[in-house]
Amino acid sequence: MTWETVIGLETHVELATRTKIFCSCTTEFGGAPNTHCCPVCMGMPGTLPVLNEKVVELAVTAGLALNCAIAPVSRFDRKNYFYPDLPKAYQISQLYLPIARDGAVDIGGGKTIRIHELHMEEDAGKLVHDPWLDQTLTDYNRCGVPLIEIVTEPDFRSAEEVIAYLEKLKETLQYLGVSDCKMQEGSLRCDVNLSVRPVGSAELGTRTEMKNLNSFKAISRAIAYEARRQIELLEEGKRVVQETRRWDENKDATYAMRSKENAQDYRYFPDPDLPGVELSGAYLEHLKASLPELAEHKRARYQADWGLPAYDTEMITSQKTLAEFFEALVALGTDPKQGANWIMGQVLGQLSAHGLEAKDMKLTPATLARLIALVKEGRLNRNTAVKVFEAVFVTDGDVDAYVKEHGLEQVSDAGLVETVVEQVLAANEKSVADLKAGKEKAFGFLVGQVMRQLKGQASPAVVNQVLRDKLG
Amino acid sequence: MKITEEMVDYISQLSRLQLPQEEKTAMTAQLEGIVAYMDVLNRLDTSGVEPVSHIFPLKNVTRSDEVVPSGDREELLANGPAVKDGAFLVPKTVE
Ligand SMILES: [Zn+2]
Repeated sequence: MTWETVIGLETHVELATRTKIFCSCTTEFGGAPNTHCCPVCMGMPGTLPVLNEKVVELAVTAGLALNCAIAPVSRFDRKNYFYPDLPKAYQISQLYLPIARDGAVDIGGGKTIRIHELHMEEDAGKLVHDPWLDQTLTDYNRCGVPLIEIVTEPDFRSAEEVIAYLEKLKETLQYLGVSDCKMQEGSLRCDVNLSVRPVGSAELGTRTEMKNLNSFKAISRAIAYEARRQIELLEEGKRVVQETRRWDENKDATYAMRSKENAQDYRYFPDPDLPGVELSGAYLEHLKASLPELAEHKRARYQADWGLPAYDTEMITSQKTLAEFFEALVALGTDPKQGANWIMGQVLGQLSAHGLEAKDMKLTPATLARLIALVKEGRLNRNTAVKVFEAVFVTDGDVDAYVKEHGLEQVSDAGLVETVVEQVLAANEKSVADLKAGKEKAFGFLVGQVMRQLKGQASPAVVNQVLRDKLG
Repeated sequence: MKITEEMVDYISQLSRLQLPQEEKTAMTAQLEGIVAYMDVLNRLDTSGVEPVSHIFPLKNVTRSDEVVPSGDREELLANGPAVKDGAFLVPKTVE
């Protein structure tokens, strides 16, 4: 029998706010245990949560970009479970009236993934096992950090589609400024719901849920493993049990969590501490109008307006700050293809050499534009320009000052080039003879000698021309 | 609705509570009383009444996204029975 894998995703994304969802503690990553905490996020009796307005704004922005219908009225509910990562013994989430519903994401290749809903909720704390005491330590710094959970319909048929969706989601949310989506810091993590069925069957099989997968590699491998496990069970005539399974990165396998952890009876009810959220038409229109241009649109525009190859547009839009840098460069009069080449070669090269991300780069578009202009005007040769670039990159140095100070300006004085060429020809009679005997290699040698005399500051084109003339 | 001892077992399991037999019996009776009162409320005709989750007509109570220094850790931790390395110490829950 041929089997089909059916997958739905629940993705948790940490929002890029300064403060937590219901209190004014910082959301900054890390920190000594329990130093980003207050009585509200530690669930002390008698405290009251107050909603962060930025959370609503970012959730609605994400909902709009994912083509969702935004709920004019939404509310918070309590999801009750007793586990020490949440000191209140419930998580504030949205079940009955989520802020956004019924969206769609185009993942390319003619495939659209439907979004079931998007809701706001709070993150939980971190539990650390203490091997000496055989007890658990609780750190509530993450507790109350705002999240959106994005739930898809079971529309995926392969791990590749899942990854394509996540890449699109990540790019979209980063461009919107909704989240930094750093998977290594847990800002984007996935629960994968997976079932298998015979190809052609309309009914869904029994599904399992794999929780908290936090790398694309883990997601791909967990999907491959779990699909195979379920198919083997069914082919042996056994049943798939609906349960939550944990992916063990080291063993490359999923295993069932203990049945107590599987008891999913959350007894949701509306949170009486939090009044509802009502969004006006004007508020939604305002957010709609201020949605930034997304990567996909930028790529199409770079190809259509500036004739950039698809590969270049992918590279440049891979980070939002890089795309903005590129657009500023072009606005300063740089030829788009020239600018793209410098970004893909030198800028990305220096970023990686210094272990920096584009957003942390000091170099300004004006500096690079000036450098490219000097090459275009023939005042710097390209190799020298690359060296200047490396020198000014880290501190955004002054290109003109650097060129002047190091005497790097290209020799455009044809008279000087001519004198040097004559000297070189006189001193290398053997090479001249070789060349006349048809050994073209000797020409390169002579060019090299002239360039050396001129400390590499002459235009290679001019040197070539003068040499050819003299050799006539 | 009748509250059975199995229901009490189930609810205490969800709350990670271990109830000795006499408390279980007492709890069964008390929960029964609470649920019986819901039966009284259920006799009211509420058709045409919109459900509310808050008694006050409040909406959009929000704050701006500005950081306020967090609480004093020692003071916060003083509310728990056991503490180690700046964290609350609880029974083993991590596998
Ligand atoms: Zn707090």
